[in-house]
Amino acid sequence: MDLRKILLVALLALAPAAWAQDRFIVVSSTTSTENSGLFKHLLPEFRKTTGIEVRVVAQGTGQALDTGKRGDCDAVFVHNRNAELKLVQEGWFVNRHDVMYNDFVIVGPKADPAGVKGMTDAVAALAKIRDAKAPFASRGDNSGTHSAELRLWNAGGIDPQGTWYRETGSGMGATLNTASAMNAYALTDRGTWLSFKNRGELAILVQGDRRLFNQYGVMLVNPAKQPHVKKEMGQAFIDWLLSPAGQAAIAAYKIGGEQLFFPNAKP
Amino acid sequence: MIDALASGLRLVATLDLRLWEIVGLSLAVSLSAVALATLLGLPLGAALAVGRFPGRQAVIVVLNALMGLPPVVVGLFIYLLLSRAGPLGELGLLFTPRAMIVAQTVLVLPIIAALARQAVEDAWQEYEEQLRSLGVDGLHGALTVLWDIRFSLLTAVLAGLGRASAEVGAVMIVGGNIDGVTRVMTTAIALETSKGDLPLALGLGMVLIAIVLALNAGAHLIRDAAQRRHG
Amino acid sequence: MSSILPLRLDDVSYAAGGRTIIERMSLALEAGASTLILGANGAGKSVLMRLMHGLLAPSSGRVAWAGEGARRRQAMVFQRPVMLRRSALANVVYALKVAGVASADRERLAREALAEVGLLAAAGRPARVLSSGEQQRLALARAWALHPEVLFLDEPTASLDPGATHEIENIIRAFDAAGTKIVMSTHSLGQARRLGDEVIYLHQGRVLERAPIGLFFPHPATAEAAAFVKGELPWT
Repeated sequence: MDLRKILLVALLALAPAAWAQDRFIVVSSTTSTENSGLFKHLLPEFRKTTGIEVRVVAQGTGQALDTGKRGDCDAVFVHNRNAELKLVQEGWFVNRHDVMYNDFVIVGPKADPAGVKGMTDAVAALAKIRDAKAPFASRGDNSGTHSAELRLWNAGGIDPQGTWYRETGSGMGATLNTASAMNAYALTDRGTWLSFKNRGELAILVQGDRRLFNQYGVMLVNPAKQPHVKKEMGQAFIDWLLSPAGQAAIAAYKIGGEQLFFPNAKP
Repeated sequence: MIDALASGLRLVATLDLRLWEIVGLSLAVSLSAVALATLLGLPLGAALAVGRFPGRQAVIVVLNALMGLPPVVVGLFIYLLLSRAGPLGELGLLFTPRAMIVAQTVLVLPIIAALARQAVEDAWQEYEEQLRSLGVDGLHGALTVLWDIRFSLLTAVLAGLGRASAEVGAVMIVGGNIDGVTRVMTTAIALETSKGDLPLALGLGMVLIAIVLALNAGAHLIRDAAQRRHG
Repeated sequence: MSSILPLRLDDVSYAAGGRTIIERMSLALEAGASTLILGANGAGKSVLMRLMHGLLAPSSGRVAWAGEGARRRQAMVFQRPVMLRRSALANVVYALKVAGVASADRERLAREALAEVGLLAAAGRPARVLSSGEQQRLALARAWALHPEVLFLDEPTASLDPGATHEIENIIRAFDAAGTKIVMSTHSLGQARRLGDEVIYLHQGRVLERAPIGLFFPHPATAEAAAFVKGELPWT
């Protein structure tokens, strides 16, 4: 008798598994983009215009690109231009388009033991942090942010090592939580920072360096390699992102009155 | 802490639609997985309790060990199976609730089977002689005992339900935590934590605990009532 | 169908845990007389019953029934009845189902069996909430429904009070009168006298004596049997 009850629940529960299998695509993107809230703002507009539902799987950039290679999504929307172009060359994706950019900032404790507050030279600021051996929380997870961070260290000829350099191996939010708890410096995208609520003693200390700009690109998974890809709907999404309507929607997204992303698709 | 409590209560009080969507999905996924795992695991455990074959002890040890399968490992394994690049990619199940049900079923099945095996084996001591005297053998006897001790087995099922509703590793990897599609309570908590919204995360956590408590209380009442009826 | 009796034990031994419990026993049980098995604790009464019923396999020797289908044509009642968590009626129906009785007949036959032992009023009650005496009667009803040729009973009233014991003995007598061969072990000499036609006295795994009731009690042939008869608490 109890088994029958359980069966009933199971059947009822699986029934909604006829869960709207209509018009949708899967787009893999990064956790920082998801956490910024951009998609919540953008996707409903796209859906209203085209009727297509976009399901965003948020992973680290490395994983997102891999998901595209495996064919587990229809399009990829990340911020690691070099890696993206390489994969287009290898035939995994059809094409790459610039969509928007945001910037990174260096946050740190208001007490600022390394004395970098107000600097606009990110590379020099990182060198000062290393010299002071002030705690620095790095994502350490092969993400776009992590790659950008490493590029900045390398630009100053530094290979960051030591107990002051803490690799969390996790997403932006988790890394910021750690930085907040340890009163450490960290490199973060502005979007995540603006919606991050656990700031503790941290504040933005370094910003504005051109090298801190973070370019986003969108790519369609290559249907030649993955025949099941929803190429028309995927392309529709890309087209919309690059269109004046999409670009305007991106610019319109603000947190606390501040714009996060700056559309820069080539006309 | 107080913030968290307030957040949680506010969520519930305002009947936040997205919250209930997430709760509904969590229940649907975990209850389905537990139902499937029960359907498969109970007879499996009973058969193992009563059967005698070479290597039986090894099978029991492995089954017991599988109770401790790390959810994230199960998630990864199912992900590799269901990915388009994997053997079952054709099914297109990845990043859907069905994939989450599959992963949680795999996670919960050993728990239910192993606990059922122990319960039936213990009960078999009491029933074996009488059942064999009546001419009931092997699997038929195991299933008779299984049904007879069904109220004790409820604990095994609840253990499975606890595991399923608490885990985040498996559903995160195979579900993708897609807003409105595969976001469940545990992955939502992980997300809010990573966004630094700790009070909200804690509030969600309390809602989750309250629901699991309610399920357990309900099961307890059902069991009590049924036991009074059947003795 | 020909009778499954006589049951022959041919040089049967049973050993377990390094101990020999039954030692090279040969005997035959014929139809008709009700056989009471007596002996001290540890003499091997329970093991012997289980060897005969087929719940245990002999370590050596043979247990052979005369006719075919012997498994289905015997039943056993244990000292403590084991009931399923269902109604009294459902327990009997279960046994009938296992025995292959047609589903249309099961409930009717089950009720008849319950009536036979005076439990018809309790048919719908959960079997496990019945008293021990009632549960033992239910066990007998379950056996009755199967109309076995041989009924084994392993100290069926050892856990019951005198009132319940009396009811059980009446039912056993009814079985006997209906033609079922009774094979029963007991501690109680009084019970043996009331129910038995012949006695098998077991001592340390061997049959020491076998005699009709009328002969055994006044004149036990062996010293051990005599001591047993004398030492027992009198005539309960």
